Amino acid sequence: MAILSKEEAQALLKKVMSYSKADECEAGLNGSEGGNIRYARNAVSTAGDISTLSLSVSSTFGKKTGSATINEFDDKSLEKVVRRAEELAQLAPENPEYMPLLGPQTFKEPITYVESTAAMTPDSRAEMVGKSIKVAKEAKLEAAGFLENTTGFTAFMNSKGMFGYNKSTDVIFSITTRNQEGTGSGYAARGFNDIKKLDTLTATKVAAQKANGSASAKAIEPGKYTVILEPVAATYMLENMFRFDARSADEGRSFLSKPGGGNRLGEQLMDEKVNIYSDPFHPDLPSATINRDGLPVERVNWIEKGVVKNLNYSRYWAEKKGVKPGPFASNIIMDGGTASLEELIKTTERGILVSRLWYIRMVDPQSLLLTGLTRDGTFYIENGQIKYPIKNFRFNESPVIMLNNVEALGKQERSISVESYRSYLIPAMKIRDFTFTSLSDAV
Amino acid sequence: MKRKDFLQLSAMGVGGMMLPDLGLFGRSVEVSQLLNDGMDVSVKKQLADVALNAARAKGATYADVRIGRYLNQFVATRENRVQNIANAESFGVGIRVLADGCWGFAASNRVTKEDVAKTAERAVAVAKANAKIGSDPVQLAAQKGFGDVTWKTPIETNAFTVPVKDKVDLLLSVNAAAMAAGANFVNSVILAVNEQKFFASTDGSYIDQDVHRLFPNFTVSKVDRASGKFESRKSLSSPVGMGYEYLTSKPGSKVSGIVTRYKDRYDILEDVKNATAEVSQKINAKSVEPGKYDLILDPSHLWLTIHESVAHPTELDRVLGYEANYAGTSFLTLDKLKSKNFKFGSKLVNVVADKLQPGSLGAVGYDDEGVPAKKWDLIKDGNLVNFQAIRDQAHILGLKESQGCCYAQSWNDVQFQRMPNVSLQPGKTKLSVDDMIKNVEKGIYIIGDGSFSIDQQRYNFQFGGQTFYEIKNGKIVGMLKDVSYQANTQEFWNSCTAIADESDYRLGGAFNDGKGQPGQSNAVSHGSSTTRFDGVNVINTARKI
Repeated sequence: MAILSKEEAQALLKKVMSYSKADECEAGLNGSEGGNIRYARNAVSTAGDISTLSLSVSSTFGKKTGSATINEFDDKSLEKVVRRAEELAQLAPENPEYMPLLGPQTFKEPITYVESTAAMTPDSRAEMVGKSIKVAKEAKLEAAGFLENTTGFTAFMNSKGMFGYNKSTDVIFSITTRNQEGTGSGYAARGFNDIKKLDTLTATKVAAQKANGSASAKAIEPGKYTVILEPVAATYMLENMFRFDARSADEGRSFLSKPGGGNRLGEQLMDEKVNIYSDPFHPDLPSATINRDGLPVERVNWIEKGVVKNLNYSRYWAEKKGVKPGPFASNIIMDGGTASLEELIKTTERGILVSRLWYIRMVDPQSLLLTGLTRDGTFYIENGQIKYPIKNFRFNESPVIMLNNVEALGKQERSISVESYRSYLIPAMKIRDFTFTSLSDAV
Repeated sequence: MKRKDFLQLSAMGVGGMMLPDLGLFGRSVEVSQLLNDGMDVSVKKQLADVALNAARAKGATYADVRIGRYLNQFVATRENRVQNIANAESFGVGIRVLADGCWGFAASNRVTKEDVAKTAERAVAVAKANAKIGSDPVQLAAQKGFGDVTWKTPIETNAFTVPVKDKVDLLLSVNAAAMAAGANFVNSVILAVNEQKFFASTDGSYIDQDVHRLFPNFTVSKVDRASGKFESRKSLSSPVGMGYEYLTSKPGSKVSGIVTRYKDRYDILEDVKNATAEVSQKINAKSVEPGKYDLILDPSHLWLTIHESVAHPTELDRVLGYEANYAGTSFLTLDKLKSKNFKFGSKLVNVVADKLQPGSLGAVGYDDEGVPAKKWDLIKDGNLVNFQAIRDQAHILGLKESQGCCYAQSWNDVQFQRMPNVSLQPGKTKLSVDDMIKNVEKGIYIIGDGSFSIDQQRYNFQFGGQTFYEIKNGKIVGMLKDVSYQANTQEFWNSCTAIADESDYRLGGAFNDGKGQPGQSNAVSHGSSTTRFDGVNVINTARKI
């Protein structure tokens, strides 16, 4: 069994601590179980079932730390891993940035674990995928998709009495449908803690609509356009910006660095409609309540009315700068408005609806200029209506510049990043002057 | 960072978001463990037989077992201090079966007779669950068994035998050289990999392989506080399928020119001094005027363009649609291949797939489904002539046997089609880089790889670089910055007008070519000589926020 209960984990970690002879010791247990199923050309291509459990121990003498990991849990093995970490610590170079361990903290219970997700089997996964393939076949489309569920837990304890335990479940699903001529393609992606919220049939219907609607796209000139980014497109773009790290900003090598030195804390960096925060107890995006720096995760505002409200200070950097350590992000939520996607389209005189973005890479870390492409459904809007599908574009745009050009925000939705598979709560957004730099023939 | 590592962090939500991307490869071990031989081959063979028999007993028509021990050493430093030393070992078994015409896979880190038998049974259960929802049965190309065979990367010095202290001392001297020359920040890393892979299948193969890779690299940065500008220059090293000898000297392994570049040996101390001088020049360089330029691309840059625009679109799984939901499909289709006259590039363009090339990341004796390594043409005199296939795809190309492109990043990942080394062949007539530049009226000479992005069918791409030199009337006149080029793959390769001869040929590559769901990394090399492309669209990437 790779998933230990809080009591089992605590008992095991206490035993580990009892073997420690170092100045300081911390130990972590990580376990995960889960499975996945992948399909393409309307048939299952690969599927797997994986489980792991491991214990890691870090021992410190002075400022010298050593770490060791093991996946056997009898008493002899537990003592062996502690001794090994201590031997490595004695051989390690001194870490001038080592911070002494913290004592006990109060961590709230997270709301991230759902029993029905943990109970998924190869058969229940195959059944959910079967529904998706059926929709695609009926629509005469080719489906390729992926479903994965994971149950995981993390527990840690240190020699100063700190103990934390979090357990979570996750399920992610993504589906691409393409027409047989290869002229249309649609996509949908979903991520939840609770499998009961996942409807593979409806998600596949959304992808199928996009596939049919995007066929026979016309080419229009690249340039600056008003765009409506659906949440899955906006999420992937903004994910590249969610690093509110004080140290790199203070060192002068981040988009949050200030010319002349220092960082942009307190500066108006974006449009005042922009509010970005973390909250481990948001019901639609619950997250962990413990953090590896040993401090509890609480609700925190990063951007409030466009102003940088908080930056993350590691314990080392906080001490160096004479400020409080933290705060820590456990999830990212951006406030939306009340407008539906249809209403955002209706109020657009001339613009482009972007269903999804793809292959985003950093071009310039200073301005956060990103390049990437539209994919799986790009549409031209005129006088409040979708007129026709258009060929995909490459863009060169910075999410910071983009969030200065917000015309309107739509409803917030839980979306997953198409690259990291992390979940976020991000609204659809209407952005003016979004920069497309060339056309792509890709479908 | 690989997707699996993301999951390890995100099991706690986004709690790991603000952590540095440290090497999370497996369980950490003391350095001496990296030199242990691990489980004896005869024991692995017995365990494999247990698994194969258990799979057959449950109804599998084919099964393969991979008992893998994956060792990594990661030494990371920053300025005057060590950031992380990680010695990691990952050991376990992955079992793939065909049952009821469907694939099933299961993996476990417990490698006992009982556990491998249970894992094999789980794999069969997964296959049978999938078969219930109806699929075309898998057609597996025949492969003869080889009995007991071994293969090892031809290394001179196992990197794990070099003391950690020597690696730390080398990296700290690299950092000191950068700081003394005026850098504000420098990060340097040595990453060593050893894959000890035992493969057995119901075809009668028991293949034991010992694969070694090494990647030393650094990034030097300089901040101009007054303007708030910062610039970086990465090392011009490559990840290699070699031992620690890559970091020693050997006559004839350097390429002189505007900056020293490296073949099968790397002088990291020389390169960091050059990088620090260049990063200062970059801050004051002229911002590029957008427009059409003739590009002269160094192999340290061109490898990535080959990777994205030639190697990926010739992957047969992409061509067929198996990657449609993630990496995408391909503008190259079976029809284009069958036509035998699809002009991928100009007549000068010859591209080979090669799993045999010494020193390359993709070199092995056998792939991860028991097929011997091979070499074949992908593009011949500019025409598309072949793709890259594995055993369950070979029949689609009318092949009797697989091309040997199957790979799994670890024992707990299922093997699937991954690219071999894909390389542009050098020019057949004698041509130096200096002579190539002499003929360019308005051009840019690009060294080192930078930002990269390409669409899901591999038509439209954009690449940056490390350093950019403006060429006017046959002469290099100074450094440029804010340069990226955008092109269409077929137009780009048809604009190839010159390729330097084999004396300039070098390999580049990556440890982290990503594909698949769940995502997996593949290590692969791409060779070329310096190559000229005419009239490519260059954009200016400077922005102010």
